Amino acid sequence: MNQNAVPRLHSHFRLQWEPAQDCHVLLYPEGMVKLNGSAGAILSEVNGASSVTDIIASLEAQFPGVESIADDVMTFLETARAQRWVEID
Amino acid sequence: MAGAGAELSTDEWIEVLRQSRALGAAQLGFSGGEPLVRQDLETLVQEARQLGFYSNLITSGVGLNTERVNRLREAGLDHIQISFQATESDVSALLSGSAKAFDQKLAMARAVKAAGYPMVLNFVLHRHNIDQVDRILELSEALGADYVELANAQYHGWALLNRDQLMPSRAQLERAEQVTNDYRAKNPDGMRLFFVIPDYFEDRPKPCMNGWASMFLAVAPDGRALPCHSAGELPLDFPNVRTHTIEDIWYRSEAFNHFRGNDWMREPCRSCPEKEKDFGGCRCQAFALTGDAANADPICTKSPHRDVIDAALTAANCHNSTTGQLIYRTMSESSALIAKG
Repeated sequence: MNQNAVPRLHSHFRLQWEPAQDCHVLLYPEGMVKLNGSAGAILSEVNGASSVTDIIASLEAQFPGVESIADDVMTFLETARAQRWVEID
Repeated sequence: MAGAGAELSTDEWIEVLRQSRALGAAQLGFSGGEPLVRQDLETLVQEARQLGFYSNLITSGVGLNTERVNRLREAGLDHIQISFQATESDVSALLSGSAKAFDQKLAMARAVKAAGYPMVLNFVLHRHNIDQVDRILELSEALGADYVELANAQYHGWALLNRDQLMPSRAQLERAEQVTNDYRAKNPDGMRLFFVIPDYFEDRPKPCMNGWASMFLAVAPDGRALPCHSAGELPLDFPNVRTHTIEDIWYRSEAFNHFRGNDWMREPCRSCPEKEKDFGGCRCQAFALTGDAANADPICTKSPHRDVIDAALTAANCHNSTTGQLIYRTMSESSALIAKG
């Protein structure tokens, strides 16, 4: 994945925090994906303006001392692209 | 709905939405009947959006126009599903190329796509159209569908009365599933297809609604709350949102608790190792086919009523051998018209 690429949420999905589930979820036609903590944190940074590099930098600032954030972001974004949750040119 | 009281007012619906959202509901479906006849639909959609619902409109497309498609989008509607029901002559008219009956629906499908909604097309399959799944997929692709549901009719209500006219043969079903699988193999990035076979062809019942009153609550236009769309057929006293809060209905009403858990079960369900997997199947189907909603769903081969299902399957297989060809020939002759969409 090109680190300068700018991922954006696929228009069919909506990301939001669900108090009842105590987690971020992706909502889509008649369905819902519950996200774990790191997936929710990464997708919250996907805004159609920030590049992969920006996203990694922002998360590293939010979670100082956590190792392998860059790898986690890359791995998750590949999964998210395969699931069609995000689009990356 | 026969004997139903007056429809809920806008304010009453909004109160239902607020209470449901507060209890944790995230998905909201406007279905019917035809939800578009509600002139306050935009108001309800707007309220739903503000509350954080993902809102879905399930419509036949009749009564929809481009202006309303766009207005609903602005109000915050997330998704419009256009349904092609077995109860209408829709699909056969479409496939036979009588475009007149379809102009409206196709125009609306295009408008939905143009407005940026995810496009979900739902086709109710039966033995008069199931041989045309390839045509249905072609048309769906031409319209730019993102998801296509190819759902065989489930035999409740109207469909049960017409079961012998609707049920495909096993051979038809296998061909249609093969066409679906071929499309998936050839188009890994194409439309997402959902193929639902009639449960009559299964040995075990479907886990209907993921268990009675476990994740779904329907409110009828007159305010009656139901754990599924068909449950109104059952001899239970369903509570009304006009007289009870959603919280009361969900957690404390007799009707919503009636088939929760396992205590209501009889044999063969009670001692069955699979009871946590299928929850005894569909209460409405058990009621319609055995006369008692507490019986096992007769789809299950362990049910003493399974013979009802087998008789229907035998009838479907025989029936098709005599009439299938005629229908197929009629469809093929008009296929040239269909390709033009």
